[in-house]
Amino acid sequence: MTGQELIWRIAGGSGDGIDSTSQNFAKALMRSGLHVFTHRHYPSRIRGGHTYVEVRASQEDVRSRGDGYNFLLALGDSFARNPQEEAYYGNEELKPLSENLDDLREGGVIVYDEGLLDEDDVAVTELEARAEENDWHVYPLDLRSIAREHGREVMRNTAGVAATAALLDMDLSYFEELIEQNMSGDIMEANLDVLDQAYEQVQEMEHEHELRIPESEPHDEDQVLLSGSNAITYGALDEGCRFIAGYPMTPWTDVFTLMSQHLPKFGGISEQVEDEIAAAALALGASHTGVKAMSGSSGGGFALMSEPLGLAEMTETPIVLVEAMRAGPSTGMPTKPEQADLEHVLYTSQGDSARVVFAPGNIRECYDQTRQAFRIAYEYQIPSIVVYDQKLQGELRNVDESFFDRQPNSDPGSVLTEEEIAEAAHHSSGKFQRFLHEPEDGSNVSPRSVPGQEGGRYLATGNEHNPSGHISEDPDNRIAQMNRRLDKLDDIRADLDENSSHQTYYGPEDADHGILIWGSHQDTAFEAVDRLNDAGHSVKALGVSDMMPYPVEEVSEWLESVDEALVVEMNASGQFRGLTQKEIGRFGPKLSSLLKYNGNPFEPAEIVEGFETSIDGEELAATNMKYVPAAGD
Amino acid sequence: MSAFSAIGNERETERDEFTPGIEPQATWCPGCGDFGVLKALKQAMPEVGKNPDEVALFTGIGCSGKLNSYFNSYGFHTIHGRELPVARAAKLANPELTVIAAGGDGDNYGIGGNHFMHTARENHDMVSIVFNNEIFGLTKGQTSPTSPKGHKSKTQPSGSAKSPIRPLSLSLTSGATYVARTAAVNPNQAKEIIAEAIEHDGFAHIDFLTQCPTWNKDAKQYVPYTDVQQSDDYDFDVSNREEAAEMMFETESKLYEGEVLTGRYYVEDERPSYGEEKQALGEAPEEPLAERYFDEDYQWERAADELLEHHK
Repeated sequence: MTGQELIWRIAGGSGDGIDSTSQNFAKALMRSGLHVFTHRHYPSRIRGGHTYVEVRASQEDVRSRGDGYNFLLALGDSFARNPQEEAYYGNEELKPLSENLDDLREGGVIVYDEGLLDEDDVAVTELEARAEENDWHVYPLDLRSIAREHGREVMRNTAGVAATAALLDMDLSYFEELIEQNMSGDIMEANLDVLDQAYEQVQEMEHEHELRIPESEPHDEDQVLLSGSNAITYGALDEGCRFIAGYPMTPWTDVFTLMSQHLPKFGGISEQVEDEIAAAALALGASHTGVKAMSGSSGGGFALMSEPLGLAEMTETPIVLVEAMRAGPSTGMPTKPEQADLEHVLYTSQGDSARVVFAPGNIRECYDQTRQAFRIAYEYQIPSIVVYDQKLQGELRNVDESFFDRQPNSDPGSVLTEEEIAEAAHHSSGKFQRFLHEPEDGSNVSPRSVPGQEGGRYLATGNEHNPSGHISEDPDNRIAQMNRRLDKLDDIRADLDENSSHQTYYGPEDADHGILIWGSHQDTAFEAVDRLNDAGHSVKALGVSDMMPYPVEEVSEWLESVDEALVVEMNASGQFRGLTQKEIGRFGPKLSSLLKYNGNPFEPAEIVEGFETSIDGEELAATNMKYVPAAGD
Repeated sequence: MSAFSAIGNERETERDEFTPGIEPQATWCPGCGDFGVLKALKQAMPEVGKNPDEVALFTGIGCSGKLNSYFNSYGFHTIHGRELPVARAAKLANPELTVIAAGGDGDNYGIGGNHFMHTARENHDMVSIVFNNEIFGLTKGQTSPTSPKGHKSKTQPSGSAKSPIRPLSLSLTSGATYVARTAAVNPNQAKEIIAEAIEHDGFAHIDFLTQCPTWNKDAKQYVPYTDVQQSDDYDFDVSNREEAAEMMFETESKLYEGEVLTGRYYVEDERPSYGEEKQALGEAPEEPLAERYFDEDYQWERAADELLEHHK
């Protein structure tokens, strides 16, 4: 899908409204009938520093960032801290232009704000020579002056959008409509004025580029533009989650913020607390008391949740945790994506533990699998973790509105009513048997009571315990309780297998080669698969979401069907490949790895390159990725 | 109709109901102060009209953490230092429950000090009983946050270089609205203070001196003790923050000079509890959240109806 597409990159400094401008731009394109997808790149800084957002748009469904981009709107960085080229951070004023040139495709268009980017500085980038070499079309425009003249200086983003629209022959009405919806009074009037004036001014200019907005037709259905974080939030709310506790940490803050904004409207409670230990402990306390509850964090904060997580497992208290990965180790790169916390979420906390871990592959899966995480947690009395990353968290994509037209599920799972408690097993002393060795329905789930229910009192403890919950180190009891808790994972696997699979199959079934992927890069890999097949290769892909319990049968069957498989993931040690080999215990000679850990998500072309390297048995030419051959190779 | 018929049924109870049939006999050492807490807690319950199924007792780890093994109610024996965050969520989820948290000086003034500070600050309507024996008992006698300066133990062989935490002052500064100190050797006062703490609308902190006859033999057994409300030597107003602070400082200092002062130190009735503050902001429901999951008529909100509009 490299033909009829626009990939518009807006670049500037943090705090200059790059994000909100890009969101409105994407929404306008969506409303005009195009499919859209955004990709954000930003530093861990409040003000200033190199930031960009790409909006990819096409008449066909768009499911990934593209390869490079073809339109640059380089605004100024009003918070640039240092104008000297030799400074540690380089010339920040120039970065909206200079940092973005390497990725611009041949024939691309550049609009930069000459009101903020100094002519002499621009000369340093050798823009003229590079433009000639790459057939770029460069339009220096004094966006700042237009904004000042017709509104205020901050409205230069609006002027830039108008310039884009004029250069690409876009219908301005979608932008006008958004300004009218989002603003009011003088600010609205001024923005509309800036928009119209800049549009007219640029239209009157001569231009010679070929790039135009892709043709569009109205969508069949109403579309909504949202992110993975929105989808996780809506999944949790629709599943009856009415309690969240958290502590801010990028990129987890996104879900925490959204939940905190929506919960009061839904009669729920959000608690911002002193640390992540408390956050997980509060979720546990609320759930113990009968409320569907969640918490979450990113790498370092999630590390603090290890002990409460183990307590949830031992006391069989349902909770849902979200782990929004960012590049580690330690503080790592706070605003950059990575998939390197897989082993962390699978194995953290002491002892033999059982938990459920889902890694959704796109925005729809974020919604579906968050709902499933709640259902499983509350039915099976086990912690569920939804692990996603900074990429899926921030990217926006259009989805049919009808996708969300679902019934809510408020069922708290295996909880008894007082009438049922009266009938249930009690110790001769009157204590409710909360942790039966052999629950009456033959399952491994012993139903629970909730504080305040008559006759339901029991002790929940992180110590090993007998059926009434009291501390016990009796060996037979130990074995019975351990087996029951761990066997729930097999029951959950069987339950998941009865539902529609979380694994996503792509490409021709009889293909010779496979690309195995997990989590947020799934759809990027699918785009690569299309291109590889178009180029004459025989490739299919499998996107895996169930990390624990692992879908051994499904993945084994798929691996049987291919000659070899390339495991693509965004970390340095091939964690998912390791998990797959641990869980399945064979196929080692079939699995090679394509790894990336430089902070930028894969582009489809990079997966294509990695795949071709893997079948050619050659050295990988790209230096921003790592290829690890199969064992024995 | 409530799904929780145990709550507020005002049935008359007896202290024996709070002795669990499974573990009627506690395993603490003979002479342990923890027996005093258990006894006082059981005695307080009939006085405040609570029954076992409407009380949730959250504990930390250590000898004190075993309290809910020997106390018959809903219990949650959590992890070291974390009983307060688990407990306060339970109160938010169902404000009609009687929520009591109990832990040791390690739980609350050491590893979970952050939670203690913030739970007090937020003024959750709950009781926090801190078993203060000035030692780590269950791990066999290491120096604790309340051990006196110079305290020698296997982990502090030359004696601790640290001054002890001042629990009452910490509590007051953090925002607790009821602060008291009692001692296991004073069962009547302990029972009365626990009853008052349960009835107090806000965070009620009881620093409970619990002698450890095994690992803290050298320490006093907290006798004789003086009740600052009973004694003519002390005259201060428990509703006056400055006077309370001064009295707390004196009490904390005197403990290490061998004089045991106990009693109520600070009582603030006007400040709304955290749950009330949240409700006033529209950030907590009027009806207990926990009830909603049992209400078959409740119309559950959907994201599709309420939240999708601004994504279009």
